[in-house]
Amino acid sequence: MIGRLTAFPAALAAALVLATPACAFMVYVSNEKDNTVSVVDSETMQVVKTVPVGQRPRGITISHDGKLLYLCGSDDDTIEVIDTATLEIVGTLPSGPDPELFVLSPDGKTLYVANEDDNLVTVIDIESKGVLSEIPVGVEPEGMGISPDGKIMVNTSETTNMAHFIDTSTHEITDNVLVDARPRFVEFTPNGKEAWVSAEIGGTVSVIDTASKEVTHKIMFEIPGLRAEAIQPVGVRITADGKKAYVALGPANRVAVVNTETYEVEKYVLVGQRVWQLAFTPDQKTVISTNGVSNDITFIDIATDEPVQSVTVGALPWGVVVSPN
Amino acid sequence: MKSTVPNTLAAFIGLFLASVNLAPLAAQEAAPAKPAAKAAAKPAEQISIGYLRAYAPQLALSVLDVPPRDEGVAGANVAIADNNTTGRFMGQEFVLDVVEVKPDADVAAVFKEMVARGERYVLADLSPDQLLAIADIGRDAGVIVFNVGATDDRLRETDCRKNVFHTAPTRSMLADGLAQYLIWKQWPRWVLITGSHDKDKLFAEALKRAATRFGGQIVAEKVFEDTGTARRTDSGVVQIQRQMPVFTQDLPDHDVVLVADESEVFGTYVPFRTWIPRPVAGTAGLTPSAWHPASEQWGGTQIQNRFAKVSGRRMLAKDMSAWTAVRILGEAATRTKSADPATLEAFIRDPKFSIAAFKGQKLTFRPWNQQLRQPIFLGDGRSVVSTSPQEGFLHQVSELDTLGVDQPETQCVLK
Repeated sequence: MIGRLTAFPAALAAALVLATPACAFMVYVSNEKDNTVSVVDSETMQVVKTVPVGQRPRGITISHDGKLLYLCGSDDDTIEVIDTATLEIVGTLPSGPDPELFVLSPDGKTLYVANEDDNLVTVIDIESKGVLSEIPVGVEPEGMGISPDGKIMVNTSETTNMAHFIDTSTHEITDNVLVDARPRFVEFTPNGKEAWVSAEIGGTVSVIDTASKEVTHKIMFEIPGLRAEAIQPVGVRITADGKKAYVALGPANRVAVVNTETYEVEKYVLVGQRVWQLAFTPDQKTVISTNGVSNDITFIDIATDEPVQSVTVGALPWGVVVSPN
Repeated sequence: MKSTVPNTLAAFIGLFLASVNLAPLAAQEAAPAKPAAKAAAKPAEQISIGYLRAYAPQLALSVLDVPPRDEGVAGANVAIADNNTTGRFMGQEFVLDVVEVKPDADVAAVFKEMVARGERYVLADLSPDQLLAIADIGRDAGVIVFNVGATDDRLRETDCRKNVFHTAPTRSMLADGLAQYLIWKQWPRWVLITGSHDKDKLFAEALKRAATRFGGQIVAEKVFEDTGTARRTDSGVVQIQRQMPVFTQDLPDHDVVLVADESEVFGTYVPFRTWIPRPVAGTAGLTPSAWHPASEQWGGTQIQNRFAKVSGRRMLAKDMSAWTAVRILGEAATRTKSADPATLEAFIRDPKFSIAAFKGQKLTFRPWNQQLRQPIFLGDGRSVVSTSPQEGFLHQVSELDTLGVDQPETQCVLK
């Protein structure tokens, strides 16, 4: 287990890290409560730096070249841009009020932001830092997903309980699909044929066929000894080969592993308390969960679906993203 | 005897409806107004929701606790706006029809007018007797009533009605939520000071029931007689500082002072003025409620921001009970894609019906008496201290059923 490296003498660990440089990625975790971003080395699984940022950082993503981090500073009504080389804040983007989550277009040029308080999705051109459009959606927009070809963007609204399908060329809503209560997150399958939408209070994940806009499957979760109300799906990530989906189950303190062919839950991985968001390492060997109440993140080995190690970060870790290189 | 909505309130509501989905009224720096996205292809179906309230200005021991003029109604308005945001995608439009009467008014005539206008759903913020009067008229007219104000257990028990749903919690739910926390804290010995009015006694009964249920011990009881007093006077605090220690001097040793003073005669004067230093809970000190104006957990920040922007004040428990009732109708209309009252009612009556209301889990109705199951917030004047049910209070159906009268004990026969 790579986790045991941390018990080795530091010099030996460093030597091993140097021997396998391709495996080390930087993991960036937004800590909602103490206004910081924790930077964690994926190889040593240790916090290498804590960066002070704006107020109430939540959604976090990274440019495709790995050079810039984008961070929703919810209470500052702005998106901060952080240089990953210096870990300095180098600029802001006009997010609109109370940005919570966003998604970067596949070409890396456009950021789609959910503005929770104003029932809007704001479309931002990153280069010019200009607002291209504000799209009125349902009450409390949150989840943001984009198709691999970048043509369809899906936003979920937490009190309207819909997935809004938006044409990225016209910025118009084309379809509204009802899902279960408090939809939090959208993830497209790599082939673009399905959008998976988690519902926190509904306790389900709806699989929407992106051609017919019908809910074709509804994934339920059941954990012996745990009351149903504690199972609250939030973050969803699907492996690059499209075979497995990981679903963070909130106060159930577990990540569900779902077979994307059968839509059956194959395993529940115990992580930390109130697990919300997930991110893969680019080599697809590890998935990392943010565990808000226990103030840590958990590295899960994808080959075995076993938790490898938990690492303490800042207060109320919310979002997570991993450097692409 | 009857007064319809005062012009100011009606104008406020009209203005509010006109501004739904536009820029927030109060936010100076807000983005430019953004009208509805795409107009629905066909004209929107209108769903009207009535709101009947008995209102008179109330006094309180602290000026901070004087109920706002639009308590409850403001919550319903925010839910109407929320429903209309969703309604744009559904071709549905919600409107609120507020009617206000005096507390001692004969509500039957007013309610009949609302029914004649076509109201099929009415939120009621009335006394128990007024509520029963309209429930029975409504039952024959196919009207469903949402009780958003009355906490009386009898409305869910011996006086339960098939066409009444309760989004307000009961006194027993509130008392149980508080008692669970005190037991969890291992503060089991209580003294109970009760006001001399009927509703004070009802809450005291609920606290005594909770003590029996969860292992609390009421070691002494006292009644604080209402001898008629001005609630706030210029130098009143000087006297109170001397009177309250003496009033509590003869009580046996205890962990907590419980106060049952819904009438606002003395409760606020108990904390920090007792003979021995003890925490106070009940209607003063640590208080159980359906909502707390400072709750930000479970997405609460969002409803709080939304509410504060349009209402100019914080959201109170009655606002949340009214918001939830209107959202229940909105949820039914969205999910059934219908404005037909029978369709909506059938959907709400379905045992699988649930609603999200910023309380960390889905809320459902108890099928035997149509009481909304809900966590209870415990807060002081500033912040949320805890929410019940507390860890370790288990139940075979729902842990929320550890709060209030449970199915095996119910006296309700819905009719």
